[in-house]
Amino acid sequence: MGDIKDLIMKEGRRNVLMNMLGKGERLDGRDFNEYRPISVQKGVADTAEGSAVAQIGNTKVLAAVKITSATPFPDRPEEGIFITSAEFLQLADPTFEGGPPREDAIELARVVDRGIRSAEIIDTGSFFIEEGKVLALFLDLYVLDNRGNLMDTAGLAAAAALKDTKIPKVEDGQLIMGEVDRDLNPPEIPVPTTFVKIGHYWVVDPLKDEENVADSRLTITTTSKHVCTMQKAQGVLAKEELLNNINISFNIGKDIRKYL
Amino acid sequence: MSKKEEVFKDGKRPDGRANDELRPMKMKVGILSNADGSSYLEWGGNKVICGVYGPREAIPKHSQDPKKSLVKVKYSMSTFASKEEHGRAGPSRRSNEISKVIKEALENMVFTEKYPRTQIDVFVDVLQAEGGTRVASITAAALALADAGIPMKDMCCGVAVGKAGDQIIVDLGKEEDNLGQSDMPLALSNRDKNILLLQMDGLLTLEEIEKAIELAEKASDKIHEMQKKAINSVYTEEPEEVFTM
Repeated sequence: MGDIKDLIMKEGRRNVLMNMLGKGERLDGRDFNEYRPISVQKGVADTAEGSAVAQIGNTKVLAAVKITSATPFPDRPEEGIFITSAEFLQLADPTFEGGPPREDAIELARVVDRGIRSAEIIDTGSFFIEEGKVLALFLDLYVLDNRGNLMDTAGLAAAAALKDTKIPKVEDGQLIMGEVDRDLNPPEIPVPTTFVKIGHYWVVDPLKDEENVADSRLTITTTSKHVCTMQKAQGVLAKEELLNNINISFNIGKDIRKYL
Repeated sequence: MSKKEEVFKDGKRPDGRANDELRPMKMKVGILSNADGSSYLEWGGNKVICGVYGPREAIPKHSQDPKKSLVKVKYSMSTFASKEEHGRAGPSRRSNEISKVIKEALENMVFTEKYPRTQIDVFVDVLQAEGGTRVASITAAALALADAGIPMKDMCCGVAVGKAGDQIIVDLGKEEDNLGQSDMPLALSNRDKNILLLQMDGLLTLEEIEKAIELAEKASDKIHEMQKKAINSVYTEEPEEVFTM
């Protein structure tokens, strides 16, 4: 950032992108509201209770669900636990560094978490085992390859992993791993849609090059009828732009749900 | 009757406010002697203190931007801020995320290009929390930046809107936040009402979101009036010595 060379390169890249967008073109030839090819593969980790790899273009995120028994939170003694975390593996991007999760990883985990929580698709009320004992569901997101738009890829992987999740049997207050009681069977699929604004243009599913020069970034997560989470990152946003983007994300959500 | 039904019975808000009514607010600037700018905000049961340092040389050096100043925000919640339990000191996942979204709101307002290679530090501490601490923090932070004399494009006003008891309401209190249907913290630039901070959880339709933003726009005007008054008072009134919590 401090390097003047980087700064000039960044401005050059930005100008190229802006000129292209002005002609209605994107770097990879997509429309402004078009996603890269999407694929989802469920059941990739046998040791997990649910797992999936989602891929948007070349961006790849693995989500895995582990279920254990745990002590409930003191303010909710009869409710199960649901925790999401994200790990940016260093092999996924030359700029990722080791150490505890940074801002971006925390934001990613929390936005995916809020989408799932708000859509009310995990019935933590049914996770009660006995006094002082509940089921805890850990949703871990592993970024495997970053070519832009981690948020939507992670959201998709998370939803797919939950669809794949089997809740283990409980007998006499003990969790029996390996024996399945029931499918988690989420009734809704929250789908995050990420937009970036470069100059005057909003585009969905940003590439890394587009993210790097974007003025604004916005993620809208929708279920089939409702908006369930929004998160604005950098930049400014007018009300009309927000409402317009919400409409677009409802339509995109409908398409993306077909992949799950 | 469940707790939820009890809190929202007869369609009234728990503290009897109208749907577009804010909790009482008090603002004051220049309350810290070391900081270049500072503010104190009381908003319902929230008490927030904010100090601004800078523009000063950005460290580490390689983080410096030769074209602009870096706005850095640290939001923290004191260990005794919540009614229920003793919180943990130091940054949490929640506070890290809030610091990030507040930074990404304020950096749009400051003329950062005026101070290349510098950083502007904004420290916000929540001393007492009762729902809506992030919007209280950003409202206080904008005040402290103005108090520091840092040139800004517009004032930034934070307010939460949302849905509780099937009503679209402004400035959610703690119960409405916890037991309500949706919470949407917003920060607006007051003149053109652009959105600087936007988060949301719970379930809302497009129409409800539109209505909620309209409520926030009206609230923003009211908050802005109070911010202006707080800053003006430094130059018009005898400064008070006391800082009562």
